[in-house]
Order: sequence, then structure tokens, then C-alpha cells
Amino acid sequence: MSAAGGRAASAPLMGHATEPTIFELSVPGRRAYQLRTTGVPATALNQLVPAAHLNEASVAMPEVSERDLVGHFTRLSHRQYSVDLGAYPLGSCTMKYNPKFCDQVAADPGLNTVHPGAPAPLIQGWLEILVTLEERLCAVTGMAAATLQPSAGAAGELTGLLLMRAFHEANGDVRTRVIIPDSAHGTNPASVTLGGYEVTTVPSNDRGLVDLDALRAALGPDVAGIMLTNPNTIGLFEEEIIEIATAVHDVGGLLYYDGANLNAILGVVRPGDMGFDIVHMNLHKTFATPHGGGGPGAGPVAVSARLAEFLPGPRAARAAGAGYEWTTPARSIGRVQGWHGNAMVLARALAYIDVHGAEGLLRVAQHAVLNANWLRRRLADTLPAAYDRTCMHECVLSATALKARTGARGLDVAKGLLEEGFHAPTVYFPLIVEEALMFEPTETESPQTLEALAEAVERIARRAETDLDGLHHAPQTTPVSRLDEARAARHLIATEDAADR
Amino acid sequence: MADYLPHTPSEVAEMLGFLGLDSLDQLFSLVPAAVRLSGGLDTPAGLSEPDVAATFQRYTAANRATSALTCFAGAGAYDHEVPAVVRALAGRSEFVTAYTPYQPEVAQGVLQAVFEFQTMVSRLSGLPIANASLYDGATALVEALNMAHGATGRSKMVVSAGVHPHWREVVTTFARGTGHEVVVVPLRDGLTDWSGVDVSDAAAIVAAYPNYLGVLEDLAPARARADESGGLLVVAADPVAAGVLRTAGQWGADVCVGEGQPFGTALGFGGPYLGLFACSLDEVRRLPGRIVGETVDSNDRRAFVTTLRAREQDIRREKATSNVCTNQTLMAVTAAIQLGWLGTAGLREVATRCAQGAHYLVDRVLQVPGVSAVSTQPFFREFAFRVPGRADDVLGAMADEGILGGLSVSALTRGPDPSAEAVEDVVLVAVTERRTRDELDRYVEVLAKVVGS
Repeated sequence: MSAAGGRAASAPLMGHATEPTIFELSVPGRRAYQLRTTGVPATALNQLVPAAHLNEASVAMPEVSERDLVGHFTRLSHRQYSVDLGAYPLGSCTMKYNPKFCDQVAADPGLNTVHPGAPAPLIQGWLEILVTLEERLCAVTGMAAATLQPSAGAAGELTGLLLMRAFHEANGDVRTRVIIPDSAHGTNPASVTLGGYEVTTVPSNDRGLVDLDALRAALGPDVAGIMLTNPNTIGLFEEEIIEIATAVHDVGGLLYYDGANLNAILGVVRPGDMGFDIVHMNLHKTFATPHGGGGPGAGPVAVSARLAEFLPGPRAARAAGAGYEWTTPARSIGRVQGWHGNAMVLARALAYIDVHGAEGLLRVAQHAVLNANWLRRRLADTLPAAYDRTCMHECVLSATALKARTGARGLDVAKGLLEEGFHAPTVYFPLIVEEALMFEPTETESPQTLEALAEAVERIARRAETDLDGLHHAPQTTPVSRLDEARAARHLIATEDAADR
Repeated sequence: MADYLPHTPSEVAEMLGFLGLDSLDQLFSLVPAAVRLSGGLDTPAGLSEPDVAATFQRYTAANRATSALTCFAGAGAYDHEVPAVVRALAGRSEFVTAYTPYQPEVAQGVLQAVFEFQTMVSRLSGLPIANASLYDGATALVEALNMAHGATGRSKMVVSAGVHPHWREVVTTFARGTGHEVVVVPLRDGLTDWSGVDVSDAAAIVAAYPNYLGVLEDLAPARARADESGGLLVVAADPVAAGVLRTAGQWGADVCVGEGQPFGTALGFGGPYLGLFACSLDEVRRLPGRIVGETVDSNDRRAFVTTLRAREQDIRREKATSNVCTNQTLMAVTAAIQLGWLGTAGLREVATRCAQGAHYLVDRVLQVPGVSAVSTQPFFREFAFRVPGRADDVLGAMADEGILGGLSVSALTRGPDPSAEAVEDVVLVAVTERRTRDELDRYVEVLAKVVGS
């Protein structure tokens, strides 16, 4: 690229000095808290609660000043990479920029101080948000109705499988197996087990797609359905999706769409039009709600009309006449979350969708796919793609050739990138690709950032030839270097109070 | 129409040229034409941020938030103090915009904060190990039952009716998949009547502390039934109450689950909240979700990393202990910050003030003509009482006076829960450390007016 542009990278992170734990900073008697003056009589607890229930000792929490608290967590934050700091091409996780506007919308006290159990007349605004979001999500996926309750993608998967089970049971149909491609996310098989089904794995063909013949051979009247990610975890579009859908529907099975990669197809093609019956979405991925260091997310599930009566309740709905109310579908599987879902995440997603609109969402998909293909092509000589043709929003590259030539593994490339000030791609997934490095640049990274990322990968590859030992010890510029992970598992220290710490 | 894309039109053209393409559309040529969307998505045209903000203003104006009402509603979602310092630290974008710490070299901030959180949860529950968070209290309970199944090989779950009705409903929903048998043990005068239940072959005995009606139950009978059955004792505990009450571990729990919202997370219309999960060391290999452990780096510096990974879905796939991947890490970090702010004395004082306020209020509420207690048993910070007429109507009239007077128990138990009782006249009221004496007095005054009219 000709222009200098804006590069999203960070080298180095601050915070090389080990930060004490907050318990180590604690000084008995020090305090930060201040509470409201209430004027409520300070009756002794033992006059209110029987002694048998009282704990004579206090539960020990850190005792720090407010200034210590701020210093500690600010220093910890300086030991943490994030999207706001630089590019985060962690494949399958869609680490795009999270618009600040959406956070601001959710911070409004008119939304975030509403009690979830408040009666419907007091929460009309929230109900309208939920109804509107459900309509938007149905439009995006081509489905008829949705539940917004599941808290994350995996929760959505399990909800979807319970819907599948309820549907078949309502038809008096006993089915025992769910089909999953060998390239699937690990949450898929784990969810299938919890849904009470057995997993049948079908292999991928030499083009990285579902092997249609193997699928047909695996199908039968005992198959409840298939879980598919499309584009799949290799970043490739399942071109034979119509044939797959027909084959599964022909044996009475349902198609489940794992929305992990929905970002790639916004406005291009809808799961409902491809033949899917159940769709979960990861709002934190596709609709850019912040990932929070590992959550919260939100995993709404949309379904075709024939499954709507089984959705979890209660659901927000337009009331006859005016306003909004809660309704529970006739044959609901029941609640899947304590309240109504991760509402503050849902509000952010609606704001994101409404800023973009139909055209904006299409451009999101287009630019995500453009960036991934550019990077794939740009790195073709250094890290060839596992399946070299047009990919969607992510590309799975392989370090097999690099390893054969230099001895450097995919993990070394990932660790080298940390030293270069980028987050690493996803490594060693999907399992069917040797030395896999899954890059998902997302649509919000500039061409200059992509070029800088590509040059960093090239530097690492050159270093592998001249300084392999040094690369094995990368990263050194980060707050800590490679960890003794075996020791962590062998001698578990999961709290400050662990024995032998 | 707005977006957040950096590419200029000439950059797009240049990138397409590098790929040998003429148009963005050609990137999607592998999508079968038969299913391609023609005419675009049926969603409104994009708007600028200020325009969308105006729509959201309309939504917020149609709510009556607790910022505009005095909140006496609880049932797992409480109006606690969240100070500026906690909001500021928990809102730091390094915590907010990171993801799962797959690369520990650049994720020590989140990892260490979660390690500190695990320590706090372990101490609050009186159990030696805690995980890095689950979605909410209800789904944490589901994971506890799955753990009990794994530990015992049994499928019968004996659950007190004192467990939050929504949580019981969630348990019932997920039992559709696991095939667990859920046996609900009824309440008598607000206490679980463990005497009549057959606990043979039970995987878990589940009790709540306090129970959802606010009642403090002696957990010794539950422990005894667990011993008798050979199943695990699972306690769903209010973590704020642990500031002064016996911990689940002190009662002999094998697993403790809880709702962590009271520690720094906004009411937020019910989510994202925080599932707390702690257990005995016997069950550590069956823990659901992520655990952070301490180790050293190659330069012998202390460092933190997610550990015991072989339990998890991305490695064990269909044999994993749970399907959890994305969890509620930001809420866990927030809880660690809030508990750091409270400290030992603050936690104790918050819990004490909740109890003092609740007892002050209940003494006066029970003087109101026509109002009566549901249970005569000791309670902590929440209390159920009967009103003349429907609770929904009473609460509606109180809201007109600026008070969210609690929750209607019938609304909590509505839904396909077969254990739902006819409780149309029961109000569940909760008091936190934020409620002043004036607010408590006004509550009584408004209640008297509403039920007297």
C-alpha cells in the first residue's frame, strides 16, 4: 500500500515487572469502600439471625486503599493485549473493533438499572429492544422466530439441540445421532452429548469440505440432524450446501447452523435460504460486542416456523393493540437462562445492526472476506494455505513447509507474532490441518495493518532460518515469556490459599 | 449509514487487483447462485450514531428504571452500590476488548485478575477450588448437577423447592437432554421438608442458602440426606450473605454455586451476570469451564495460565466435562475489583446492613393490616409476605408511587414449572445496603395505602 495509513499493532506491551496479587498488597485495616448513610438502626446481627447461622470469623478479602486498587488493576491491564491495542487475528473468534457507541448506548441508566423481574408495564422499552432485535436477527438469518436467552454460542448450540429433540419427540420420532464434520468446533460434540445424542463424525474431502458421499452413507432414520458451520472452520464455503440440506431433510433430519462464522455472509446468503432449520448466532463475534477477556457473549437461536412453538420462554412480543408483553410458546422447552439473556450485550448488538443497516452489514462481510483473501495471497510463499482457493472471512494457513525447511512450528510463528506486537492467530485448529494457523483479520483492520502483519510473519520465517533457537524462546518482549504449562497442571495452584504454594 | 471500515475505495480496488478480481461480489462466487440473497437484507437502512442514539432514547424513556424507582426487588438480582472506581477499572478496554487468554504471554492481566477472583470465590464458598466463571447462577447449578452425575454415575437430582424457581426451570430444561430425573422437595413453613423424600440413588441433593423466599435453612438435614444417599450436596448460596453467614463449605457442601451479580455488575435487565462455581478437591477433574493456575515462565517469573485443559470441549470434544467456551470473564474481573474495593470489613458491613434493613422493614410491613408472613422462620435480606388481593396489582400500584416494591412470587413461578404453586398473593421483598430508613418508612406507608384502598 502506498499510504502510511494506520497500523494496529503494539510493541511492546508494558508491564514486565511481576505484579503482586491483590492479597499480597493487602494491609490489615486499610480500606477503600464507602457506603451510603442510611439511618437504619444498627441492630446487632445476633439479634436478627440465630447464632447457628452466623460465621464467627470474617471471610478474608483484600484490604487495600482505593489508590492501591487503581494501581493494581491498571498495571494488570498493562499486561493484557486487546483489540483496542492492536490487531487480533485470532481465527474463528472474529476479534473486530468494538464500536464505543454501542457501549455508550448500553451504559444508559434507563437500560442498565432496570430490574429483570420488573412487571411488563415498567419495561416496555426493553421489551421493544428485544422484539426489534429478534426481528433483525430473523431478517439476517432468514428464519421465523428466535430466542435471545442463550448466554453464548455453546449455550445456543445446546438450546438448538434441545429444540431439535423437542421437535422430533413431538412427532413421536425417536432419533439418536447427530452428525458433525471432523472440522467442527469442540463445542459442537460437547453440546451433542449434553443434548442426549451420540456424535457421528463425517470426514472432510480433499477440498476441505464435507464429503457428501460419506455424509450420505452416515445418514439414516436415526439421525436427528447435522451441525454445520458455513463457511466452515477452514474458512471455506460449503459449496454443496443445497445437496447436503436435501440429503439430511430426506431422512427427516434437521440442519443446525453454527453461526460462529456468520460474519462472512451477512447480506450475501442467509442460513434459512440454504435450508437450515436452527441457527445460533454469536453476537459478540458478528455484531461486535466486546469479548470481555473470555465473555460475556450472547448466543441467540433463530428457528424456522415449524420449530417456533418449542422456543424457550418467556419471549418478548408485540401485544394485541399496543405495547409489548411476555409470552411463552405453546410447547416451550423452558428457560435456558436465569432471566432474559445477556440483555446488555443484546442492546449493543441492536445498536451495531442499526448503525450499519442492510448495506453496511453487506460491506462488513465483503471487507472481512477481502482482508482474509488478501492476507492468504500475500503470505502464499511463506505460509501456504491448507486449501488454496478463495476463502471467506478467515484463512487457514499451514506451517508444514516452514517446519520441514527450518524446524520452526506453527506455535513458533504464533509466539513470534506476540513479540512483533500482534496477537497470534488460532493455532492447531482445525484439527484436520497439520500445523494450522488460522488467521481472521476481520473487516476493521486496514490494508496497512495487514501489510505490517504479513511483514512480521516474513521476518519470523527468516529468523527461523538463522536463529531458530531464539525463535523457540520467543516472545521475550512480552510481560512474561513462554510458560511452564505442564507444571501448572501437575501442581495445581488455582487460589492464593492452595496448599504448597 | 455508517460503518467502521478503514478501506478507501482506491484501497479496495488495489486489494481486489492483487487478487485478480474486479469486484467485491466475485469474492462470493463459490456461493451457489440458487441461494444467494437478491435485493439485500430486509433490515432498515443504516443510520448515524446520533440517529440510533435517538431511537434508544425512546426505548429508555419507555422503561421505568430503578434509577427512577426505589428498588426493593431481588430474587438473585440486587441493587448494590457500585462505586465509580469499580466502573472505571472494570471498563478499561484492555479487559473489555480482549478474549479468552489462549496466549498467556500477552494475557497476564485477565489471567491474574481471574486467579484473584477464584481465590475470592473459594473463600466465600468455603471450598478449596473455584472456576473462572459460568454464565449465571442458574446455569452454574446445571453444571453442578452434571458434575454430580459424573461423580456418582447416577441421574436422580433431589432439588429443594427453596431453590430459585427460574433456576429449577433451567435445570428441568437441560434435563431434557441429559435425561436427569429432577425430584422437587416441597417447602413447609418456608423450610425444605427433607423427611419424606426418597434419596436412594441420588446424584445430588440441592439446597439454597438462604432459600429464594429469603429463609435461612439449617443445612444439616440436607447434608445428612446426602450422606445417606452417597450423592453430592450442592448448595446454591447468596455470596453476599457469605459476608456474615456460615459458608457452604462450613455446612458441608461438596459444590457451591451462586449468582455473582451483586459484586459490581449492574442490574442490566438480567444479564450479563456471573455464575459462581466452587467445589471440593475430589471433583477438580470434573470442573466445568476454565480454571486459571499459577506457574512460572521460562525466566522463572511467576505467571498465570488456564490449566487442566484436558477437561475442556476443544480438547475432549464429546467427552468434555461441559460445553462451556465463552463465559462471563469480564464479570469475574469486575467481581474481583468490587471485592477488592469492599475488603473484609466492607463485605461484612454490606451483608450486615442488608440484614438490618430487611428486618427493620419486615417488622413494620407485618404491622400493616391485611399483610401476613409466609413463613415464621429466620430470614436474611429477603422476605415473602401475603397481601390482600393479587401481588401484581399491589406492586403495580406501588410503582405508581415510585417504588419497585419487590417481585410477585407468582411471576417467578410462572412458566412450565410443574412445581409452581398458587401464590398469586405473595410479594418477595429484598433490601440492600443502599436503602435508607426514609425509603424503608416510605415503603411501609405506600404499602399501607395501597392495600388499604
